[in-house]
Amino acid sequence: MNIHEYQAKEIFKNYGVPTPRGGVAFSGPEAKKVAEELGGNLWVVKAQIHAGGRGKAGGVKLAKTLDEVEKLAEEMIGMRLVTHQTGSEGKIVKKVYIEEGADIKAEYYLGMVLDRALEMPVMMASTEGGMEIEEVAAKTPEKIVKVAIDPTIGFQPFHARKLAFGLGLGKDEQKEFIKFAKALYNVYVENDAEMIEINPLIKTGEGKFLALDAKMGFDDNALYRHPDISDMRDLDEEEPTEIEAKKYGLSYIKLDGNVGCMVNGAGLAMATMDIIKHEGGEPANFLDVGGGANPDTVAKGFEIILSDPNVKSIFVNIFGGIVRCDRIANGILQATKKVEVNVPVVVRLDGTNSEEATEILRNANIKNIIAATDLKDGAQKAVAAAKGEL
Amino acid sequence: MSILVNKDTKVIVQGFTGKEGTFHSEQCLAYGTQIVGGVTPNKGGMTHLGKPVFNTVEEAVKATGASVSMIFVPPAFVSDAVMEAADGGIELAVIITEGAPVKDMMSAKHYAVKKGMKTIGPNCPGIITAEECKIGILPGSIFKKGNVGLISKSGTLTYEASNQVVKAGYGITTAVGIGGDPIIGLSYKELLPMFEADPQTQAIVMIGEIGGDLEIQAAKLIKEQITKPVIAFIAGQTAPKGKRMGHAGAIISGSKGTAAEKMAALKEAGAYVVESPADIGVTVAKALSERK
Repeated sequence: MNIHEYQAKEIFKNYGVPTPRGGVAFSGPEAKKVAEELGGNLWVVKAQIHAGGRGKAGGVKLAKTLDEVEKLAEEMIGMRLVTHQTGSEGKIVKKVYIEEGADIKAEYYLGMVLDRALEMPVMMASTEGGMEIEEVAAKTPEKIVKVAIDPTIGFQPFHARKLAFGLGLGKDEQKEFIKFAKALYNVYVENDAEMIEINPLIKTGEGKFLALDAKMGFDDNALYRHPDISDMRDLDEEEPTEIEAKKYGLSYIKLDGNVGCMVNGAGLAMATMDIIKHEGGEPANFLDVGGGANPDTVAKGFEIILSDPNVKSIFVNIFGGIVRCDRIANGILQATKKVEVNVPVVVRLDGTNSEEATEILRNANIKNIIAATDLKDGAQKAVAAAKGEL
Repeated sequence: MSILVNKDTKVIVQGFTGKEGTFHSEQCLAYGTQIVGGVTPNKGGMTHLGKPVFNTVEEAVKATGASVSMIFVPPAFVSDAVMEAADGGIELAVIITEGAPVKDMMSAKHYAVKKGMKTIGPNCPGIITAEECKIGILPGSIFKKGNVGLISKSGTLTYEASNQVVKAGYGITTAVGIGGDPIIGLSYKELLPMFEADPQTQAIVMIGEIGGDLEIQAAKLIKEQITKPVIAFIAGQTAPKGKRMGHAGAIISGSKGTAAEKMAALKEAGAYVVESPADIGVTVAKALSERK
């Protein structure tokens, strides 16, 4: 789960990670009021969406008067922001963050993420603040300094010193930086974060470090022990069909093709998308109905797949293990009674009791249901059906 | 022969008396697995499924001589259970539970490694040595005995692959579902050499997916150490970037962890890389006939 910049900065404040002062606003007048309370004569108006690259896309702007803050906020709220991370459809801005202007002397990058190969978190710093870290890693990897932090010893001053020397910080600055990095580590570990990115981290004229931006993602499996963070979930930032699927224990991701897929197991669901492509079609979605695959989940699966108007055929690909195929076949029959399925459905059931299952489907004789003998046969039939060739 | 487990392996179950633990322990017993007892705190002294229940792993190991633990406890208690197994003298913990926090698994795995305990999973279907010993939730009937080793991140794809191998006229020595989480126990780099050393295994099927770089590490190892044919499939060739595809670890971060990158590395290492998941069985047959 990801959160907004303003939410991440709230967490930062609680842990003593310094950020500029600011406040969130949902309208122009509200934005003006926040700016007024902050005082000063320079403010930054920042669109709050779950995607990077806002600056280049026009989602971060400077204001020199309170009226300008109001005007910019009004322009931004409701606009569709398209950045390199949002996809072409972009994201609608629903709120803005108003922040006091900062005196920027230098810009850096500071981030934390799990290193899966080392099986421990790493903190990364770079002098190339404001640049995409992936781009820096590709072009000038020597400009990134990394420390892996063994969770059994936790974050030590030597970790921070290594980063500080890597950034070329002077003796006085190091002290400030070490405090900052230690606090950031605590944010990461204590909140079960999956990723933190501060880009840019700035050094002010007074030699203080401030998180000018903040991006945070969390381990979904650990949210149960962080109710305060769960409450930060912004459903506006997620696909409505994906949220709906999740309620029923289904894992759904919409894609651009026209062959709908319903599969048990995440790996087989990905493999099903792959084989559709391999056989000359385009998958319309990823859908894992989980181990159960009962009439209710299958019915819900059909409903969600068919909510996509592009879908021209559906490939139901179930490998029955402990859950027997004959029961799944009956589930599919019941589901077609609950939901009107108006496109061809190719059903491939393999594994435990698959012959009985095929028999059940054949005997039911439902016009839209086409039985397939194996994975390849199913994929070929589903692709042909989507092209109207079956 | 086989790897890691066989008909003589003695197994205890942590979370033995729970609903999932009970159901799957029954299935494992029916398959022939030597489940010799279980652990559920505060239920020590009871008998469940005809086997003794203990309060702690240490007691269970002392009383039964078990070397393997099958773990079915809820996600919030997984790391505790794994560390207790490591502390109690278990040699291999098979962690079936789905949904364990990454931070917990990180510390549990560090401790397991320190104690010399191997782990499989979490969020995995388990391990099966065909017609001898099944530990986990795999459907036993699909795994006919034979000479192909199987390593997979995905449950249903493990079944799919085994089914294809059997239909092609071959069978399985041992199949290991390693799980699709960001932090897992044994993976390709530990299991490939075990299959290489197993005289019964003549070919190895490895099924990977997008995310992380375990398959890339495997490719290096295959090139350097593995002489038996490796048949590989990577799921997620059509997966979009930045989306978590069901498994917690199945995500392309930036441009890293794509199927294309992994397939290229495996191909370069000399593995038989199949593009279509329907070609696993036929490619095993092809590889084995070529090497004869």
